[in-house]
Amino acid sequence: MADVAAIELKNISKSFGKKIANKNVNLTVNRGEILSILGENGSGKTTLMNMIAGIYFPDEGQILIDGKEVVIHSPKDAFRYGIGMIHQHFKLVDVFSATENIVLGLKEKGRFNHKAAAERVREISSKYGFEIDPMKKIHEMSVSEKQTVEIIKVLYRGADVLILDEPTAVLTPQETQKLFDVLRKMKDDGKSIIIITHKLHEVLSLSDKVAVLRKGEYVGTVETAKTDESELTEMMVGKKISLNIDRSEPKNCEERLVVKGLNCVDREGVKILNNVSFVAHSGEILGIAGIAGSGQRELLEAIAGLQKVNEGEILYNNPKTGSCDNLRDKTPVQIRDLGVRLSFVPEDRLGMGLVGNMDIIDNMMLRSYRKGKSVFLERKAPKDLAEKIIKDLEVVTPDAKTPVRRLSGGNIQKILVGREIAAAPTVFMAAYPVRGLDIGASYLIYNLLNKQKESGVAVIFVGEDLDVLIELCDRIIVIGSGSITGVVDARTTTKEEIGLLMTKTAESQGGEQN
Amino acid sequence: MKGLNFHIAKREPMVWYKNMLVRAAAILASLITSAVVIMLLTQKNPLEIYASMLSGAFGSSLRIWSLVQNTAILLCISLAITPAFKMKFWNIGAEGQVLISGLATTCVMMFLGDSLPYPVLVIAMIAASVLAGIVWAVVPAFFKAIWNTNETLFTLMMNYVAIQLVAFFLKYFVKSGSGVLEPMPQYGLPVLFGQSYLLNIIIVAVLTVLSYVYLKKTKHGYEISVVGESENTAKYIGINVRKVVIRTLVVSGALCGIAGLLLVGGTNHTVSTTTVDGRGFTAIMVSWLAKFNPFYMVLTALLIVFLEKGAGQVATDFRLPGAISDIVTGIILFFIIGCEFFLQYEILVSKNGKEND
Amino acid sequence: MLAFLVSAIRLGMAFLFGSTGETIAEKSGHLNLGIPGVMCVGASCGCFAEYIYLSHAKLNANAFLAIIIPIAATLFGSAVMGLIFSFLTVTLRANQNVTGLALTTFGVGVSDYMIAETGPIYTKGSRYFTMSLPFADDLGWFGDIFLSHGVLIYLAIIIALVTSFVLTKTRVGLNLRAVGENPATADAAGINVSRYRYAATCIGCAIAGLGGLSFIMDYLNGNWEYCIDAIGWLAIALVIFTVWKPGLAIVGSIIFGALYIASSYIVGVSFAGKEIFKMLPYIVTIVVLIITSIRDKKENQPPQSLGLNYFREDR
Repeated sequence: MADVAAIELKNISKSFGKKIANKNVNLTVNRGEILSILGENGSGKTTLMNMIAGIYFPDEGQILIDGKEVVIHSPKDAFRYGIGMIHQHFKLVDVFSATENIVLGLKEKGRFNHKAAAERVREISSKYGFEIDPMKKIHEMSVSEKQTVEIIKVLYRGADVLILDEPTAVLTPQETQKLFDVLRKMKDDGKSIIIITHKLHEVLSLSDKVAVLRKGEYVGTVETAKTDESELTEMMVGKKISLNIDRSEPKNCEERLVVKGLNCVDREGVKILNNVSFVAHSGEILGIAGIAGSGQRELLEAIAGLQKVNEGEILYNNPKTGSCDNLRDKTPVQIRDLGVRLSFVPEDRLGMGLVGNMDIIDNMMLRSYRKGKSVFLERKAPKDLAEKIIKDLEVVTPDAKTPVRRLSGGNIQKILVGREIAAAPTVFMAAYPVRGLDIGASYLIYNLLNKQKESGVAVIFVGEDLDVLIELCDRIIVIGSGSITGVVDARTTTKEEIGLLMTKTAESQGGEQN
Repeated sequence: MKGLNFHIAKREPMVWYKNMLVRAAAILASLITSAVVIMLLTQKNPLEIYASMLSGAFGSSLRIWSLVQNTAILLCISLAITPAFKMKFWNIGAEGQVLISGLATTCVMMFLGDSLPYPVLVIAMIAASVLAGIVWAVVPAFFKAIWNTNETLFTLMMNYVAIQLVAFFLKYFVKSGSGVLEPMPQYGLPVLFGQSYLLNIIIVAVLTVLSYVYLKKTKHGYEISVVGESENTAKYIGINVRKVVIRTLVVSGALCGIAGLLLVGGTNHTVSTTTVDGRGFTAIMVSWLAKFNPFYMVLTALLIVFLEKGAGQVATDFRLPGAISDIVTGIILFFIIGCEFFLQYEILVSKNGKEND
Repeated sequence: MLAFLVSAIRLGMAFLFGSTGETIAEKSGHLNLGIPGVMCVGASCGCFAEYIYLSHAKLNANAFLAIIIPIAATLFGSAVMGLIFSFLTVTLRANQNVTGLALTTFGVGVSDYMIAETGPIYTKGSRYFTMSLPFADDLGWFGDIFLSHGVLIYLAIIIALVTSFVLTKTRVGLNLRAVGENPATADAAGINVSRYRYAATCIGCAIAGLGGLSFIMDYLNGNWEYCIDAIGWLAIALVIFTVWKPGLAIVGSIIFGALYIASSYIVGVSFAGKEIFKMLPYIVTIVVLIITSIRDKKENQPPQSLGLNYFREDR
């Protein structure tokens, strides 16, 4: 069986415009084997898998299935070769039921019979231990239910090669464990499984082989049994790096921002923030750790005046006037009018922090265009600022008139962070500011944050990499499913301690549900 | 599976002259196509057809005046919808907004014409038409802003409400029952230097410059761009999106009001259900083809009016039904709309399985 | 009253064809604002074909052929319009609103041209379309309401019912709705988004074209009127009015028809007042549009990607 690989990629390359996403990637995966694709954010993992799944078409290279060269033009082709992909962003139709989504696009014989199909879905779910109501509409489902639908969809189609893109990012540890059990079962059935991830412990606990990508290039494949975390990290980042982020002791700490008993619900009435209280001090970097989607975004947006708050207070101690203002239920403009100098680097850079189709100068104006009584725009100051940022932060761009959409991720982030810092804030919030950035750009951002801290700004840093959080921050609050599960001193804590806290509430809540 | 494979990808933005070249090629191709169509219908030499088109548009000073005047009106309506479109608010109700303003102007002329001194009358006409245009535009904007009601369909329906109101007005107030209201040139806008269209043209020229300044140089214009590009960004920087939507549609409606004023007060001196004559829709094309730039819009408006006039002349010269001009306009629009594709995408041809041998 | 109802049904079916056609297109994600133009072309192609056939056949005209030839011509002409729309929006990814409006300009032009060549009286041909079932007269009011109509009336209802069935109960319908809701998902599920959009738009246009034919040949008894585009816009309104449900549109279309002609049947409405009545369908549609947006119920919303083109490699 192992003689011929289920899937073999030879010298696959793909670029989008001038951006190279994959370069000469070679991979093999056999039947009855779990392969992990490991790489940092933006290393080209998803693009590569999308080419096997028929979403993208490779510029160069060959794909072999069972030793025969194939051309995969569309997801339909991929499906014909027994390949099914579970995307990170679920591909489900909101107004359809689970069953309708599962049978979508199938060419089964006979008329479409919703009930009969639902029965088959029930069979598959009970076989693998999924709990799902086949007639439930997707828009009424939780995230993990949606993922279940995605997996059943692939199983229903009898795929023998499954690709999962970051499947655990949205799951609780129990759900993750369940998923892994299912995957192992499928492996024993002789199916091939490819799982994209950047979590090392998952790689080590689940897979037989690990293929590592770095900035679109193929680094190599190793057998899991013969490797360890440090080797994989080295392959992933290129060279062994100890982070060595400079960290000074916090000075002149005052309570700058006091959040008390914050509660928020989303549009569907689901609680996303549950009684969140904390204090951010001036001259300190406060880290926020947690599984993605645990309420970090809503917390920052609530402070910035973008998220409706149902209960609680957000108090700001103004260092200039000495007054204490409640920011709750205020719009961003009202907050600014209070004299609160709040800067916010949102997670979604091009969708929120910047306008992709506008040039750098116009993006500088986003924060400052209101200044002055004139009805006309003043472009001189923003132009100077743009040029200053380009020079100081070494932004790679043809000129200040280039639309930011055309810059690389790191340069886009430099512009955004540069603009936010230029506002001379007293509170600086950044959500995943180094996501997708290379090492150099990441360090530049760390240094900028540190400089802010040294100049007395209260910095709030939402991060995903625990090593960075531990080396950069002074204190770390851990958030799990919308609640604060712990506050730790970054200088004395361990990754294990934070990891445990991250899953604490999730665990207890999972227990309640079962 | 070997052989040629076509595959489409987004391209890097083109340099401006290539950009222009593609557009010019599209217009050329469309002219050839329409000439072929007319040729098939008339069996005439295509050169004769082009000559006839040119003469229809530029053949006499009267025709040139008419060409410029029509361009001015179309341009005015295009300017009116541009702020809304830039904000990605699909206002396809310009037809109704202009018509209702025209009706308002007519009402003022008809009922107040005798009782008000002329300067006051003109002010009343301006106020009435602008106000009517604003009302017609702001109603859908209000619902869009508050409940996200689909504005494309809402504004579309508003067109027909306006048309029916005009139909009602004509049947109710025209005593003869003919449904045709006699023109009232005595109450029209002032005539400059004996040229009845000159005032219209000057006003629209001024509006073009003002629109450009408004969109590109003012804080309002900037907010419109931000809301149009990304509502999330707008909220993030504290723009009150609802306010901007409604304010922009006030501007849009007011400009439609001016278009209605110019059409009724400055040109027709009466109103009918076909006063706007589809220009509310054509204007969308004008604005969109010009990438919402008021100065480019002068060219696109001129192009479309030239085609209509030219094709109209072809119809007269070769005894074809007048509808030929709509057909030709349609063909040319198809080509210009289609050519956008070649500006944004490129077609890559690859031979599968051969490259790596 | 009876005459009013019959008349409302006859006019309503023109709306029904249009709205069924538009619904099919919209379910695939295409907001086709070219429907008014399509209905014009449909009507004029049908009338043109009838004119040619009858002038060739002289007195030997066969009733079956006199019906089937115009219908075929209508289907063909309007499907070609759909093809133009799809080519521009799917293959060349042009903006749907702009393309639709251009299509309407073009369609009105084409149809006016054809009518100028042959028309505008098609009463001879119209007779074939208004022939009622032979035993209708014997059944009193029941016969008048349900059996007295021409072939296009029944065709409209059958097509609406079939469309409703296909959309909700079949695989093709499921796939089509997925394409309109979330083309990326449909694509990932192996559905050919482009093919579905092409097919839905062309079929939708062909059906809508019959609405134009029905309006002229049935409702107006063959007397051409230059207002088919207004009927087309109402057909688009009807789609919203009946929240994208062709089955519901059968009733909705008759209501629209009734509103449109109500003024002629209500005693005491002045000549001018009629025009106010004709406004009602638009007002009602606006109200429905507002109510559905305020209630914000998932099931009654337009298809999620309505008006948006799909390009797989867009990032």
